[in-house]
Amino acid sequence: MKSRTLALLAALALTVACAAPSPAVDTAKPVKIGVAGAHSGDLASYGLPTLKAAQLIVKDINERGGINGRPVELLIEDDVCKPEIATNTATKLVSAGAHAVIGHICSGPTRAALPIYRAANIPVVSPSATTPSLTQGGEYPNFFRTIAADDAQARTQVDFALTSLKAKKIAVLHDKGDYGKGLAEYARDFITASGQAEVVLFEGVTPGAVDYSAAVQKVKRSGADTVLFGGYHPEASKIVGQMRQKRLTTHFVSDDGVKVDTFIQVAGKDAEGVYATGPADVSQNPLTIEYREKFRQAEGTDPGAFFDNAVAATLALTNAIAKAGSTEPKAIAQALRTEKVATPFGPISFDAKGEPVGIGFSIYQVRDGRYVQVQ
Amino acid sequence: MDYFIELLFSGLTRGAIYALIALGYTMVYGIIGLINFAHGEVYMIGAFTALIAATVLSLWGVPLLAVLALAALAAAVWAAAYGCTIERLAYRPLRAAPRLSPLISAIGMSIFLQNYVLLAQTSEFQPFPALIPDLPLLEPWAAVVGTTDLAILVVSATVMVLLTLFIRFSRMGKAMRATAQDRTMALLTGINVDTVISVTFVVGSALAAIGGLLIASHIGQINFAIGFIAGIKAFTAAVLGGIGSIPGAVLGSFVLGLTESFATGYVSSDYEDVFAFSLLVLILIFRPAGLLGKGSVDKV
Repeated sequence: MKSRTLALLAALALTVACAAPSPAVDTAKPVKIGVAGAHSGDLASYGLPTLKAAQLIVKDINERGGINGRPVELLIEDDVCKPEIATNTATKLVSAGAHAVIGHICSGPTRAALPIYRAANIPVVSPSATTPSLTQGGEYPNFFRTIAADDAQARTQVDFALTSLKAKKIAVLHDKGDYGKGLAEYARDFITASGQAEVVLFEGVTPGAVDYSAAVQKVKRSGADTVLFGGYHPEASKIVGQMRQKRLTTHFVSDDGVKVDTFIQVAGKDAEGVYATGPADVSQNPLTIEYREKFRQAEGTDPGAFFDNAVAATLALTNAIAKAGSTEPKAIAQALRTEKVATPFGPISFDAKGEPVGIGFSIYQVRDGRYVQVQ
Repeated sequence: MDYFIELLFSGLTRGAIYALIALGYTMVYGIIGLINFAHGEVYMIGAFTALIAATVLSLWGVPLLAVLALAALAAAVWAAAYGCTIERLAYRPLRAAPRLSPLISAIGMSIFLQNYVLLAQTSEFQPFPALIPDLPLLEPWAAVVGTTDLAILVVSATVMVLLTLFIRFSRMGKAMRATAQDRTMALLTGINVDTVISVTFVVGSALAAIGGLLIASHIGQINFAIGFIAGIKAFTAAVLGGIGSIPGAVLGSFVLGLTESFATGYVSSDYEDVFAFSLLVLILIFRPAGLLGKGSVDKV
């Protein structure tokens, strides 16, 4: 048993050793791109659109003659969105000689797989892993993503409150839920770290309560000039309504959960002037239209979760390999950071940590009964 | 001091809201010893009826005060019909059954009604028009207490007084008290117990519907689930005050509302429910029958 494991390890080490140093441009050798994610199991619907996006783009590239004359080959591995399987997935991709990886889909498996890619020095671009620490810890310099991190929304809110609204005293409210409280905590930390404003109140309200006037009076007493609310529209419309009933004209900044038309419909005239963050609308971008249409032709259905992000990831990665002129990890990573690439989100590049520059949240404001993008 | 008064009014408003719903719980419990879990849903149906009536009447160009009165009437009548029907279908056949059976039936009725409204209406939140106009007279105090808040306070106080008088002095009220004391004996003296119980459901449901209108007008939105949370809180208030007692339900509601408001104001709204339910536990430890409840052995 032991000798067999050893033999396996040796074989593995050999393949890794063979795969890694291949900087010499050999036009016949294919560029191998791994696609890792949930392709089966109950979360397959998150991973399959990414697989399809990669296949569609790679087919186009190969029809045009490949990257710098080299054909592109996809290595497809399923991690079922489970961390314990993702390590195997990553090892398989590394031993198969992947030059770069698109994936993984879920944050947990991505975190589990990254040490293996780091050891093999392979660039990884995830279309959908949003846990902030994946990039912000700085442990994985070759990890990139084409989706805004979980805290990006809070950062957009706080930047907007500080620079555009010139907020000095901010009350941060949330609905005690995972989504709302998570956002509120990020926002609180960003405000404190900025040193430009003070968090005068940080509280959770009970969702579904019949009355929020006590919390509203507390906001008034705190002297806040801006309220940041993390949560969904039913609570947001009640809080805004009661703030206006109590004649408070404080700015109200909320999130994607509030950037829905139902909010405006329910809150009525009280919704006017409310700010909310939401993803920028990409449905009119020609690349979005092109690839969604290709997906429809191939599959007969509308593309699912993270499809646009996956298109962006594949385009960014193949573009970087082309611009780098080699499959050398350092060169690819460098090209990802410096070369802007056209994607469904518009031109994007990556910052030093691997976060996308150009994919993120916009600020909207309710004006005359509808959301208008203001920033 | 200003802050204290602001919180006081917040608490009173909340308390009055709970009271409007708690009265129905306590009346039904007082007469037949049943916790009518579908009561929150009757409140929700009242609010929906008021919304539909108000929307139609506004389209016809009826003046606002008339809309308010007619919508309240429509909601009360329709919800009363529901209350009466629920009793006939879900509780009366089980009157001789063990105590747990009607309780389960009540929970089933609550789930049924929620899902019925979900399917028949919508799962989305609907805007509810402000049916009570802001009085210019009250504008200087708008930051402390709004016109709607005041209306809720006045209505729940009035309702409590009228209800107490009704039960104490009217013929039907006397029949209700007799039925509450001993149903068999009441039957023997010629009281039509079925009618008495139906009237109890009608009155309780109509009150819940008026509450639905006022509360929805206060918070500006409704959906099929509002009855559940409001119902739980109102039930807590009724137990706190002593379930079965009408002044008790009102007192319990105000105690609960004020506790939540002051807990939010001086501690944190994160702990609003913690304070509310700790208070309930404390009161039940020292007064198991609630603040104004009469101790009785056999009631759950």
